[in-house]
Amino acid sequence: MTCSEFLALLDDLIDDSVNTETRTELEKHLKGCEHCEVTFNTTRKTIEIYRSHEIYELPSGLRERLHAAIMSRCKKGC
Amino acid sequence: MATIQPIAGENEQHPDVALVERVRAGDVSAYDTLVRKYERQIFRIAQHITQNREDAEDVMQDAFLKAYEKLDQFQGNSKFYTWLVRIAVNESLMRLRKRRTGKMVSIDEDVETEEGSVPRDLADWAPDPEQNYTQSELAEILRKTIQGLPQGFRIVFVLRDVEGLSTEETAETLGLSIPAVKSRLLRARLQLRERLSRYFRRKKGGEK
Repeated sequence: MTCSEFLALLDDLIDDSVNTETRTELEKHLKGCEHCEVTFNTTRKTIEIYRSHEIYELPSGLRERLHAAIMSRCKKGC
Repeated sequence: MATIQPIAGENEQHPDVALVERVRAGDVSAYDTLVRKYERQIFRIAQHITQNREDAEDVMQDAFLKAYEKLDQFQGNSKFYTWLVRIAVNESLMRLRKRRTGKMVSIDEDVETEEGSVPRDLADWAPDPEQNYTQSELAEILRKTIQGLPQGFRIVFVLRDVEGLSTEETAETLGLSIPAVKSRLLRARLQLRERLSRYFRRKKGGEK
């Protein structure tokens, strides 16, 4: 397996959507290729960092304003 | 009015379906529960698309109000969350168009870019790269980095990787084909990785 072939399947490997046979081949390539190993690990880490850090906090008071807006619609409609 | 008819053999009913039914029957407090459950996600999506806090606040409010008013149109065959996300994405894009009158805002045009499609920065990262920054420094790095992605890549990454929609749901929400979502996701992930490498790469001895 070449690095380009590995890269084409990188997302499937990260998302765990490869069959056993392909996985074995991908893992074999990883063992012998430091570049692809770094790319794989750091790409996985990139996703994990974005998933686990709140970069846009919900502004305070927004929920209350929304609640009031819904209640006022409700009085009209239900 | 849409009725929910579970197909035999399908997974059991999602808890949101019961909440939606209660709202339809006139129980507003059930809608509050749905708002609390998804307000953070909807605000984040709006902020990622509009890149403007004021717009994101308006979008969140409008999206939840619109969903409330259109609840009768919600079909039980999609998840309430993905239905709500679709409304929020549309509201966000509408807001962007208003702000940039005359300028096209499109998420379906592909961006030809070589950047990130082939990994260049191959240095490994420090073991826990986040530890080298304070929470606010890190948040700033993450914001700046993702804001620099082309819009079409950013939305796909946010929906798929941050908010947890499936490839199919992301495609449906954005009106893209599945291969288009997959190709953008790969490029978004690689570009973000490449850009974050500047901050997170393992430093040579002596440097911080």
